[in-house]
Amino acid sequence: MKELNTTTKNKPTSIDEEKRDFLFITTTGLAIAGGGAFAWSMIDTMNPSKDVLALSTTEVDLSPLEEGQSLTVMWRGKPIFIRHRSESEISSADNVSVEDLPHKESDESRVKNPKWLVVVGVCSHLGCVPLGQKIGDNKGEYGGWFCPCHGSHYDTSGRIRKGPAPLNLEIPPYEFVSDDIIRIG
Amino acid sequence: MDNQENKKVGVTGWIDKRLPVFTFINHNLRDYPTPKNLNYFWNFGSLAGITLVIMIVTGILLAMQYTANTDIAFDSVERIMRDVNNGWLLRYIHMNGASMFFIIVYIHMFRGLYYGSYKYPREILWMLGVVILLLMMATAFMGYVLPWGQMSFWGATVITNLFSAFPVIGDYIVTFLWGGFSVDNPTLSRFFVLHYLLPFAIVGVVALHLVALHQFGSNNPTGVDVKSSGDTIPFHPYYTVKDYFGLGVFLIVYAALVFFAPNFLGHPDNYIPANPLQTPAHIVPEWYFLPFYAILRAVPDKLTGVLLMFAAVLVLFLLPWLDKHKVRSATFRPFYKQFYWLFFINCIVLGWVGAMPAEGVYVLIARIASVYYFSFFLIIMPLLSRFEKVSELLPSSISAAVLSKKFDKDVNESYAK
Repeated sequence: MKELNTTTKNKPTSIDEEKRDFLFITTTGLAIAGGGAFAWSMIDTMNPSKDVLALSTTEVDLSPLEEGQSLTVMWRGKPIFIRHRSESEISSADNVSVEDLPHKESDESRVKNPKWLVVVGVCSHLGCVPLGQKIGDNKGEYGGWFCPCHGSHYDTSGRIRKGPAPLNLEIPPYEFVSDDIIRIG
Repeated sequence: MDNQENKKVGVTGWIDKRLPVFTFINHNLRDYPTPKNLNYFWNFGSLAGITLVIMIVTGILLAMQYTANTDIAFDSVERIMRDVNNGWLLRYIHMNGASMFFIIVYIHMFRGLYYGSYKYPREILWMLGVVILLLMMATAFMGYVLPWGQMSFWGATVITNLFSAFPVIGDYIVTFLWGGFSVDNPTLSRFFVLHYLLPFAIVGVVALHLVALHQFGSNNPTGVDVKSSGDTIPFHPYYTVKDYFGLGVFLIVYAALVFFAPNFLGHPDNYIPANPLQTPAHIVPEWYFLPFYAILRAVPDKLTGVLLMFAAVLVLFLLPWLDKHKVRSATFRPFYKQFYWLFFINCIVLGWVGAMPAEGVYVLIARIASVYYFSFFLIIMPLLSRFEKVSELLPSSISAAVLSKKFDKDVNESYAK
């Protein structure tokens, strides 16, 4: 440190370096711990709150859905695509060689009951909602879904087949509560 | 100044040559020569700055959760208290932070009043401080409206109605402030926007306050100007450590309030949703407005009451010209010192009667206290400026004061050991 311009008469003759180190380390340590605890509790307020987390399950009754029909439900603010697949759709999804796919997943591993495909309707490219749920929608070259934003094609198992998206449509956690009712989340 | 010291190398040197931030920090927070005799009352400036930062950080996080709409504002605050992670902590820190901010700023101001910090050449420094106080009052008032409880609503109604006291234009001003014909959604909406905006205006004025401060440096307990480098010590480490210690003590008090008595300074009625059809029995503003509220209620005439209440703050702008006594510090002004402490007690009394119902003996006390409040500034200060003699005890310099037996016996005792 620079020499001080003070006129202090009785300068201490010796400095207890060890004591100073102890004070410095404990003070700094406590400041970091306290500051960190404060910073984290403040930042944590931006994480999902209890009322948001409370919305994280949705039950869906599948019985009104005829073969070939689709249903879109909301779960955690996102669309969930549920499709009652026909025999031809199941077989077209099943007959693909997994090795040829960009994101290698068999149809079997993506369903709990082959008749019902449940996927998160959010394109794995940049988050748009693909078309294909409504009658008359462009379902893409593989009969599943087509994302209009950047041209990604998904097949009847919701797997990416063509276009910029890197991954298949995500499968949300869900289970069959009964034969006709599923609980998502 | 010290060019050798500032010739840095490496990345800091490269940046500093183009953008002298490191030189700036060095001059203002490290080498910055500071009177060597500052007592703990000089901690409150930095404490106020830190509290302002705490208020802005917690305020921004609260604004992410709050909804400024009369239908859901109250519920959105309750959601913060119950559902948001640590939301209760966030809100209690912000809520009590307002009180802490005012305590600190009031002590800061009483320190300036005692040691004559508003006198030449620090007049603008003082006046910028009064601007900050006014901005703080506006911000605090509008912040109190946001939870949309009974006190929020009726506080907003009463305070905005102050402007209706002005003849002819009064009603137009009030309608304009409300954006309607009563305190309602447009009012809440604009109050939220302004409550978010004004703190940044405060930051701007604080920056000017610091520029003005560093032009002549801090005043000190003797009120005597710095005469030589022997009167000063570098800000770092001496005052960074002193400020840091003071911060620790302050945070203990603040945390005690937040964790053990978060609603101690608030009013329970504000946990009742706003109801435009029913006024609570006792309308009381937040404690930091009570002395001014007492002055308002002490006057039987509406317009005069309002004008005097505003004047109670605005008179502070004139302080450097009301008190023209050559000696700054009350330590060396035996008469001023007594009137000063009377004024201090008088402010506490005003705060106390402000919280009492406006009837009976309280009105009388409020009137006497209001008269003294203004007399102190407008009569006593100018008279003392003329007639109070300069004390023989006034030291010739800070160093002389520190070493003098008359100034502080304790210091000498410690030297003797």
